Amino acid sequence: MIDTPTQPQTVAAPRPDVPVDGATSSTPSAPSARTRARRRRTVLAGARLAIVVVLLATWQACVNAKIVDPFFWGEPEGVWADLRDWFTVGTSQGSLGAQILVTLEEAVLGFIIGSILGVVCGIALGRVRLLSELFAPFLKAANSIPRIILGSIFTVAFGFGIQSKVILAVVLVFFGVFFNAFQGAREVDRNLIANARLLGASRWQVTRGVVLPSAFTWILASLHISFGFALIGALVGEILGANQGLGLLIRSSQNNFDMNGVLAGMVLVAVIALAAEALITLLERRLLRWRPPQTHGGAAVE
Amino acid sequence: MTAIELRNVTKKFATADGGTYTAIEDLSLTVEDGQFCAVVGPTGCGKSTTLTLISGLERPSRGEALVHGEQVRGIDTSTGFVFQQDAVFPWRSVLDNVAAGPVYRGASRSEATALARDWLRRVGLSGFEDRYPHQLSGGMRKRVALAQSLINQPRVLLMDEPFSALDVQTRAIMSTELLNLWDQTKPAVVFVTHDLEEAIALADKVVVITAGPGTVKAEFEIDLPRPRIVQEIRFDPRFTQLYEQIWEALRAEVAEAYARTTGATEVAS
Ligand SMILES: Nc1ncnc2c1ncn2[C@@H]1O[C@H](COP(=O)(O)OP(=O)(O)O)[C@@H](O)[C@H]1O
Ligand SMILES: [Mg+2]
Repeated sequence: MIDTPTQPQTVAAPRPDVPVDGATSSTPSAPSARTRARRRRTVLAGARLAIVVVLLATWQACVNAKIVDPFFWGEPEGVWADLRDWFTVGTSQGSLGAQILVTLEEAVLGFIIGSILGVVCGIALGRVRLLSELFAPFLKAANSIPRIILGSIFTVAFGFGIQSKVILAVVLVFFGVFFNAFQGAREVDRNLIANARLLGASRWQVTRGVVLPSAFTWILASLHISFGFALIGALVGEILGANQGLGLLIRSSQNNFDMNGVLAGMVLVAVIALAAEALITLLERRLLRWRPPQTHGGAAVE
Repeated sequence: MTAIELRNVTKKFATADGGTYTAIEDLSLTVEDGQFCAVVGPTGCGKSTTLTLISGLERPSRGEALVHGEQVRGIDTSTGFVFQQDAVFPWRSVLDNVAAGPVYRGASRSEATALARDWLRRVGLSGFEDRYPHQLSGGMRKRVALAQSLINQPRVLLMDEPFSALDVQTRAIMSTELLNLWDQTKPAVVFVTHDLEEAIALADKVVVITAGPGTVKAEFEIDLPRPRIVQEIRFDPRFTQLYEQIWEALRAEVAEAYARTTGATEVAS
């Protein structure tokens, strides 16, 4: 589990210009540099697509050549067929949209509640020394146990509805956000706090106006991973016992030895995770508008 | 009336190895209302520490710090502080940065904004209200910091090497502007610098601090006429005279501090 806080993207020097061939980057060559950058992106996207196609084709070819047994490992054509079926006909549990909505609802609720709790507790413990001295050992201990097991308890205690899944997601999300908010609150520039105090800020105003915004870089970094945790919480909760949801869909596919169904469920989950990631990145851009331009960690994050 | 008084203050810090480090020792200093006092001394002699004692950010280990006759206990919000490093809030626009003080002190949003606009005009930043600090030059950020501090009309203004990160030209311009702003409200100023020229050009009084642990080595009245234009005052013959006089006192301390950092025994003057 997460022990160390997720590092936020460091505030780095402004993004270097796209290297231009030759020594000059005078105005006439600037648009051509931009065109070249765009072309490069298109080529990259094409190459990525090609990699996926090659991988899937190899997989299918291996199945067709009887090197890989589709009973255990599934096959791309079967996965595709299952997905198409779910979309057009619906699943054994009802329409696919309903399953996705249930899982989304659990994950989003768990994500929001867990994040808010994590931020509040992290900032509070980061700001109030006594609180952190008192509770730090408990939180460390709680963080070191495999919390996913709690899902079994929640399923028994709160039943097959969405409640048990939301609670599991909250528990999974909480710690990542908490440790980052805590670290962020600890790393606030002392000069900024001193400045705010001298300008007349109360302790609460310092927390709200200085600590929270400056910890936000850290908090947002943890939110990227946290939605993934929320999804895991929702899915595991559904696999442990539910009436609806993608987790249940995957579970029933497994029960029917339908590996294509399991993989199709996985594809859907991956799409949701990627969409959420894109939304969080958007939110991050909006909230961190005040920061100088970043050097991106390569195309992998986009 | 006396605005600032340090009476035989000593400040010790706990060191990592469990010992104590004496940053300033038995330092006494008074600054009158409306007086501009510059404090010069080599790096590490305790200049910043002195300011933290006056502002209440730190307490003296021994001795007393008084502002307007009252002992400093905790952060005193009638004191303005301009930090050496940028301490403007990077997530706030220029306008919101300057309006921060009045808002913290209970002014309504619209009052604070109107006041902030007025101060931005005074520091020459009209038109930059909506920028974020990272979109400004170093000199402009310093203007924001000045406006942010002066908007509260502090009776005591503490400045810790405020212009040290600026290039020479910007620095001279900012110094002249600082004098004009100071003239409008006339707070008592303690201006810390390691640049003797800057100190003489700005101040009514220059205080030389010894190499750490810092204590006052000598004080010099600067009787150059006001209003001054910092870029030009250097050509005044009286300026050169004062410079030579004070440098005489400062030289040994700078050499001493330098020798400590390099481990050399003596540095030729
Ligand atoms: N919080 C602190 N803890 C320990 N040592 C400190 C602390 N603040 C300053 N010092 C030490 O006190 C000395 C004086 O520091 P400072 O006042 O910042 O010097 P100056 O501003 O004149 O360069 C330095 O040697 C510095 O290392
Ligand atoms: Mg200093």
